[in-house]
Amino acid sequence: MTSPLWILAETWRGQITETTLELLALGREVADQLRVPLEAVLFADKSLATSLGVADHVLCAAGVEPTPEAVAAALAQLVKERQPQAVLVPWTNLSMDAGALAAAKLNAPFVNGSKDLKADAGRLVAQCLVYGGKLEAAVAATVTPVLFGVLPGTRSADAGRSEKTPAITEVAVAVPETKVKFQRFLEPETGDVDITQQDVLVAVGRGIQQQDNLELAEGLAKLLGGAVCGSRPVIDQGWLPLSRQVGKSGMSVKPKLYLMLGVSGAPEHIEGMKNAQLIVAINTDAAAPIFNVAHYGINADLFEVVPVLTEKLQAAKGG
Amino acid sequence: MPVIADEANEITLENLWNTPEGHRVLSCMQCGMCAGTCPYGDVMEYPPRRIIGMLKAGELDAVLRSQSLLSCVTCYACMNKCPRGIRLTEVLLPLVKEQTFMQLTELPAELQKALENTDRYGNPLGESPRKRADWVKTSKVPVRILPADRKPTDVLWFVECYTAYHPRGQDNCRATARLFHALGVDFAILGHEEKCAGECARLAGETGLYEKLTDYTMKLFGKYRFRRLVTSGAHAYDTFIHQYKPRGLSQEVDHTVTFFARHLDQLKPKLKKKLSYTVTYHDPCALSRHNGLYEEPRQLLAAIPGVRLVEMEHHRENSICCGGGGGGMWLDTYYKMKGYERLSERRIKEALATGADVLAVACPYEVSRFEDALKTVGGDKKMIVRDVVELLAESLEE
Amino acid sequence: MNLLVLLKMVPDIVEELEVAPDGKSLDTSFLRTIINERDDHALEQALLLKERHGGTVTVLALDAPDIDDTLFAALAKGADRAVKITDAPEGMTTQTAARLCSQVIAGLPPADLILTGVQALDDLDGLSAAVIAQQLGFPYIGVVTAVTVNGSTATVLKEFAGGVRGEFAVTLPAVLGVQAAEKPPRYVPVAKVRAAMKSSKIETVPAPAEVAAAQIEVRQLAKPVVSSHAEMLEGSPEEIADKLVQLLAQRGLL
Repeated sequence: MTSPLWILAETWRGQITETTLELLALGREVADQLRVPLEAVLFADKSLATSLGVADHVLCAAGVEPTPEAVAAALAQLVKERQPQAVLVPWTNLSMDAGALAAAKLNAPFVNGSKDLKADAGRLVAQCLVYGGKLEAAVAATVTPVLFGVLPGTRSADAGRSEKTPAITEVAVAVPETKVKFQRFLEPETGDVDITQQDVLVAVGRGIQQQDNLELAEGLAKLLGGAVCGSRPVIDQGWLPLSRQVGKSGMSVKPKLYLMLGVSGAPEHIEGMKNAQLIVAINTDAAAPIFNVAHYGINADLFEVVPVLTEKLQAAKGG
Repeated sequence: MPVIADEANEITLENLWNTPEGHRVLSCMQCGMCAGTCPYGDVMEYPPRRIIGMLKAGELDAVLRSQSLLSCVTCYACMNKCPRGIRLTEVLLPLVKEQTFMQLTELPAELQKALENTDRYGNPLGESPRKRADWVKTSKVPVRILPADRKPTDVLWFVECYTAYHPRGQDNCRATARLFHALGVDFAILGHEEKCAGECARLAGETGLYEKLTDYTMKLFGKYRFRRLVTSGAHAYDTFIHQYKPRGLSQEVDHTVTFFARHLDQLKPKLKKKLSYTVTYHDPCALSRHNGLYEEPRQLLAAIPGVRLVEMEHHRENSICCGGGGGGMWLDTYYKMKGYERLSERRIKEALATGADVLAVACPYEVSRFEDALKTVGGDKKMIVRDVVELLAESLEE
Repeated sequence: MNLLVLLKMVPDIVEELEVAPDGKSLDTSFLRTIINERDDHALEQALLLKERHGGTVTVLALDAPDIDDTLFAALAKGADRAVKITDAPEGMTTQTAARLCSQVIAGLPPADLILTGVQALDDLDGLSAAVIAQQLGFPYIGVVTAVTVNGSTATVLKEFAGGVRGEFAVTLPAVLGVQAAEKPPRYVPVAKVRAAMKSSKIETVPAPAEVAAAQIEVRQLAKPVVSSHAEMLEGSPEEIADKLVQLLAQRGLL
């Protein structure tokens, strides 16, 4: 197939996202494998298109409302007109619905949660994480065009940057009046700790079992000069505020130490912390996906290890 | 003598006044012994005395809405002291707890999780049922698992959840297996087919879950041939005697403590290693107050060479609950939010005051509860917690 | 208001997951299924909306092992109707199943709001809610964590990264992909579920004859290929703690 490979660029608060750059890096690799052009679709002002130089060509349309409805309609229209063979869509809260809706409109497959993509005998095959990251599926489409939902972190954002300016074409999209209207953003409560600025984070997951046991994590965090954060289930229970959530819907953090207590390592959480410098995980499940991401792993009961660790840290600090 | 609560199963809040137990309740003289002896009597909005008053006044709804009964750890202390012999913890309190539970719009999160896990995985810890017999791989002696090897067995050992899955419970399992082996007992376990006996779910008010578990376990027992049921779970023992027997469980029932006590003549000569411990024994509510088993554990401990027994201020019938019953095992955060003192901390301070090295227990909940409490009060260098069977096995010749 | 909730069962990952001999699918011998967690939240959100605004909640699901227990639990929690789609073919993808469900939904009394989980851990192709919205011609938004209804408009909060949420106004009828309900899914006493099993019936509807063909193929299913695995610290809790303190000291983190 000679039709181009597309990526859907996403912007957040006026900036191209890191994930977009990662997709460009991945897209470039795959487009080169297929020997086809790489094009980016950007629903924003064309001034932002200049940073998409890794692509050969940018299709730019301004005035598309930032709702999944509008983006999906615009994307579907362009795909129908120009027939790329595949579109890489960031698998983020920002773009996944738009991708899913566009795929539905096109009656095209939308391969979810791909952590890698490559060409195999002219067909694109994605590696997808399933069942909370416990298994991986190699998935290919049986038709074209195909949309791929690509997880953040497949390639480095730096590999998606370029000094080159791509060719830019402004396109017209006729998006019908949609029934979903963006009103405003609600910022997370401040006045609490900014976990993205911490050198040390102690993360708690479902394994902490009870709100009461957060004390254990807090004790450790205090000794190490850091703060406590959590995976989604802990926040959903209301045991920690939203501002402490790490992961796909929460913060992305890069601390010097990320110490994980009872976190299984589902992809949505990994997304938010995989770039931490030193990742240490304690989990009773030897098969927990987190042990594939952590630098050091402890397959033991956190309720046994943490109290002893706390004691020894106290002693080590001259307490 | 254990009281077989068969009459209790037929009583409801609707028919209460027409039953002999209802007449006993009516004879309440509001003396307040129940509230006075309740471990949470100072914070319980409606101790038994007030519940009876409200019930008579037709105002039970206020009691149910107050959620007061979530604070009841079903320790049998009130029932034990009632001068009218009202079977509080056997009849009235479970009925009120059940209704409190049914009309709760929101359950405390850990309790909800424990109950959902018990229903789904057969254990409150949420572990896979397939891993329930994994501890067997670490046993030093052979352990027969019935589903794989269905020959009849003399003893069916009902291991229970915390014993099977919790690391400290698995210490108990290994010790128990060694003791059975040393006595030449023909025993087997149910492995992954075993599910929680459900007594704590029942006493938290989730009677529907309890019924489901009982139906399952009675059917399971019917699949195998065994002469005697021996369990490591104190609450399991309690429920097998008082609930399962009226439902048709015909085999003899033992707790590991009563079983080993009965075999003490045979066991004692094998307890060769001297353990120079001063030991204080915590009487677990389900075994002691409810079933009168005060002597057996003490006989076992006294049989270990080198062991010196000392008693806590509150012992035998006056023992203070560890706080794990009636759902309390999963309500620590809820109690904390209400500002209650942790019963396990109160009790551990008493234990430490005896100067003993070892706190001996006989219920699987107690090991983790008291080990946590020791750390919290800073006593974990002064005292260790051991199940009675762990101490016996420690003294056992190789 | 008329609320419709779409539920499905997914593999329970508390159990070990094994790959079948064909190397492409799950070994079902010890497989247990559980309600898709996001669908459980969708049901909870629907029940909260019913409590606030009155109306009815209908739960709809494809027939699957253990689905009856889930549907009865939904009824016991307060759903008014449970409908099961029977005799659908095996091996449908998320998109083809959603298309099939959309045909069935078109034959049910019209709903003001259709809620389902924004995603499921066994999704490989597409997101159900988006497909249903497109098939029915309804607006759609996903990753929803709060819903308020005012007449013919719903105001929803959608979660973005960094704890930021976006407020959107959606004209009803609409389809929402729920990430989390405003409260954790409620507990339902076993006695109430058993009572529902005795007093309620699950209605059945045959699956439409025509089913779209799958547009993806799974070439392989396997344990994740990892270029690295954590270095494991072994020993007793004491030994582990010692090693960890040493490691942290070495890295200047103490």
